[in-house]
Amino acid sequence: MESCFHCGEECLEENILYKEKSFCCSGCKTVFEILNSNDLSYYYDLENAPGISPKIRDGKYDYLDNTEIMDKLLEFDHGDTKIVSFSIPSIHCSSCIWILENLNKLHKGIKSSQVDFPKKTIRLNFSSEEIGLKNLVLLLTRIGYEPNISLDNYESTEKSVDRSLIYKLGVAGFAFGNIMFLSFPEYFEINEFWLERFKHLFRWLMFAFSLPVVFYSGKDYFISAFKGLRSGLLNIDVPIALGITVLFLRSTAEIVFDMGTGFFDSLSGLVFFLLLGKFFQQKTYSFLSFERDYKSYFPIAVTRIFKENGENREEQIQVYKIKKGDRIIIRNEELIPMDAILIKGDANIDYSFVTGEAEPVSKKSGEKVYAGGRQQGGIIELEALKPVKQSYLTELWSDEVFSKEKRSIFQNLTNQISKRFTYAVLTIAILSTAFWMIYEPSKAWNVFTAVLIIACPCAIALAAPFTLGNLLRIFGKNHLYLKDANIIEKTAEIDTVVFDKTGTITASERDHIEYEGIELTDEEKQLLSGSLRASNHPLSRSLYNILKKHNISSPDSFTEHTGQGLESTYKDLRMKIGSSGFVNPTVTVDAKVQQKKRVEKTSVFISANDQYKGCFSFHNSYREGLAELLQELSKYRELIILSGDNDGERERLQGMVPEGTKMYFDQKPGNKLQFIKDLQKNKRKVMMVGDGLNDAGALAQSDVGIVISEDVNVFSPACDGILDAKKFRDLAKFFELSKSAIKIIKLSFFLSLIYNLIGLGFAVSGNLMPVVAAILMPLSSISIVVFTTLATQFISKKLK
Amino acid sequence: MLLAISVVVAIIFFIAFIVSVKKGQYDDVYTPSVRMLFDDELVKSKPKENQPVNKVKSN
Repeated sequence: MESCFHCGEECLEENILYKEKSFCCSGCKTVFEILNSNDLSYYYDLENAPGISPKIRDGKYDYLDNTEIMDKLLEFDHGDTKIVSFSIPSIHCSSCIWILENLNKLHKGIKSSQVDFPKKTIRLNFSSEEIGLKNLVLLLTRIGYEPNISLDNYESTEKSVDRSLIYKLGVAGFAFGNIMFLSFPEYFEINEFWLERFKHLFRWLMFAFSLPVVFYSGKDYFISAFKGLRSGLLNIDVPIALGITVLFLRSTAEIVFDMGTGFFDSLSGLVFFLLLGKFFQQKTYSFLSFERDYKSYFPIAVTRIFKENGENREEQIQVYKIKKGDRIIIRNEELIPMDAILIKGDANIDYSFVTGEAEPVSKKSGEKVYAGGRQQGGIIELEALKPVKQSYLTELWSDEVFSKEKRSIFQNLTNQISKRFTYAVLTIAILSTAFWMIYEPSKAWNVFTAVLIIACPCAIALAAPFTLGNLLRIFGKNHLYLKDANIIEKTAEIDTVVFDKTGTITASERDHIEYEGIELTDEEKQLLSGSLRASNHPLSRSLYNILKKHNISSPDSFTEHTGQGLESTYKDLRMKIGSSGFVNPTVTVDAKVQQKKRVEKTSVFISANDQYKGCFSFHNSYREGLAELLQELSKYRELIILSGDNDGERERLQGMVPEGTKMYFDQKPGNKLQFIKDLQKNKRKVMMVGDGLNDAGALAQSDVGIVISEDVNVFSPACDGILDAKKFRDLAKFFELSKSAIKIIKLSFFLSLIYNLIGLGFAVSGNLMPVVAAILMPLSSISIVVFTTLATQFISKKLK
Repeated sequence: MLLAISVVVAIIFFIAFIVSVKKGQYDDVYTPSVRMLFDDELVKSKPKENQPVNKVKSN
């Protein structure tokens, strides 16, 4: 089998030869032609078959001529020079970067372009005289890089990037390095001549360097500690803030009264390491978004029909401007943005986005269609019933789940331990001070501060960020992308896992068919394939793709009855393919019962010369390893299956799931959300595993919401993590790893407590020298970092 | 004196760091590493364009 030179797909349906190279479709060939004729064929030298087959739909981008919409999209607009940024999900390799940054060779209107690979975005500087925005988008689409323009783009105000952590880290690192230099001499040479002369200068310089560390870099710890105390919580930032304060005050006091060098080195080191931990934990997948709502799916504009001087005219209009009663046009593959009534055309609407129901629904004119459906087939005309924001689907987002922060309730492991830790430290500090008060009062102040300094839980605070941060990266490499590190801790506590059915535990493509009935003759098979090929109905398409291709005979006559089926003839053979009522209107009562059973699956019925032959039934094919995965998970957790589909698959599922798994069918998005809420009321920690917009509420409500995605670059609803469908069966391992991670964190706590005890030994006995603190603190931090990194690497071996 | 110089140098670098962060140089740390490799290759592809011209001359 030849594979396409452009996109690398196997040339299944056709094989176009051009310049001694094979292409799987004319689209791919065209891209090659464009690039080749513009001296851009280096594209193919960089990577093998880097291309994406372009999909162009007429009229899709007509709305880009609308100046109002254009203004919203443009980032910069001054006369002829315009700058626009697009998100292009298909950016995937270095060839993509190269071609997109050399767009100026394709069209002289493009001045320059810059790709941000991790974000999968491109920033284009173009001249509107030479190339309009619409043509720019069409150019990108023609070479296979279709930008994704959705309602989100229309509303988004320029998001400011938060770089404060980098600044803080930079400041702390800068101060840490310089203070180390300045304090180094005094570690060893106590009475050297030059040092004696300059040490005051050195000390005041250190003081100066430490000011931004305490008041800028360490600011967050004070704020968080204050917030914690006010709400009666002793979080980990309380002892940290206390430590920083004491370090700073004592050090300042020491240099003011010329008692010693102070602990500025430990102070800045502490803040630097803490921020480093924070920075490490903050792994972001900038090309993924975990906060999407319906706006990322919805188009910016639709075509509206209006009457002018008695003539029908079309215009592109922003979707928010659609009022009740407006007539709009939806083309093939376009999304219906609001609830509406079908006026004209063959509507075949795929609601898989909204309900999870995989089967497209046919509608007749006069019937209601709902927002979120995707038209498959020809052009339809609709009359809007409600504006976009009040439609059934969009109303779901007015539920409070979507507006409230999930995180605030969660008490993480570090904060749990910090409470006991803080009490213990304060007790030790007070007891030892009391002891020295009696024994040698002059040392009491010294000991009190030393205890608070040495007990500053730097290592404890680092344990979780480094363990979880590292695991987050490992998960990312294994195609589970989590929003933040806390999710791992939450995952370890999950006791109930709720699965959506369609698209989650079943693969989205239906490639499993079964034929029941009389064997078809070769002639019949040929005509069947031929008729299916001619039809655009999604079921025909998938059946055609699955059936082995015989010699295909093109039908002599072919008629498609919308919502019913196909009728075709070849020589003296006449076949009907379609729904049971269409193919076989005179079914005996007995058979009807049987039929009913079959209808619950998705079936295509066939008759030849009015004689009933049999039917093809589609099964949802379940993901590989599903049974094993569920078995594995059910050992420690309760499993629930929550499906928006009908219960036609109940029996088959029953055979696969472990005993005690509950199954609920016909669940609407609102039901799912309520279901999760009820579980949580019973003190359950729930993980929701879903895939589409229909699960959006449940995903947001659950403690951990994971989205299964066939292609992580396309959209998924708001969630805590996105799991590549290919890695679905590793879900149990991810659970296991999360639990192991908690063990590692606990072990690290133990390790750092040992360091603290050693330090406390020095502190309580009144012998804490700055150099001891300066060694002990980084040493404990670094060994914790090394330990957690090695341990997480070790446990994650299971994944490979 | 030397001390003053060292501090000044350190602060200059620190300011350079702040400026670079502010300009967004740390926002995308991956693409430049790939882009860097292209520039060499681009030079290679340019002679390709000129090749026919060269041939005519040599003939």
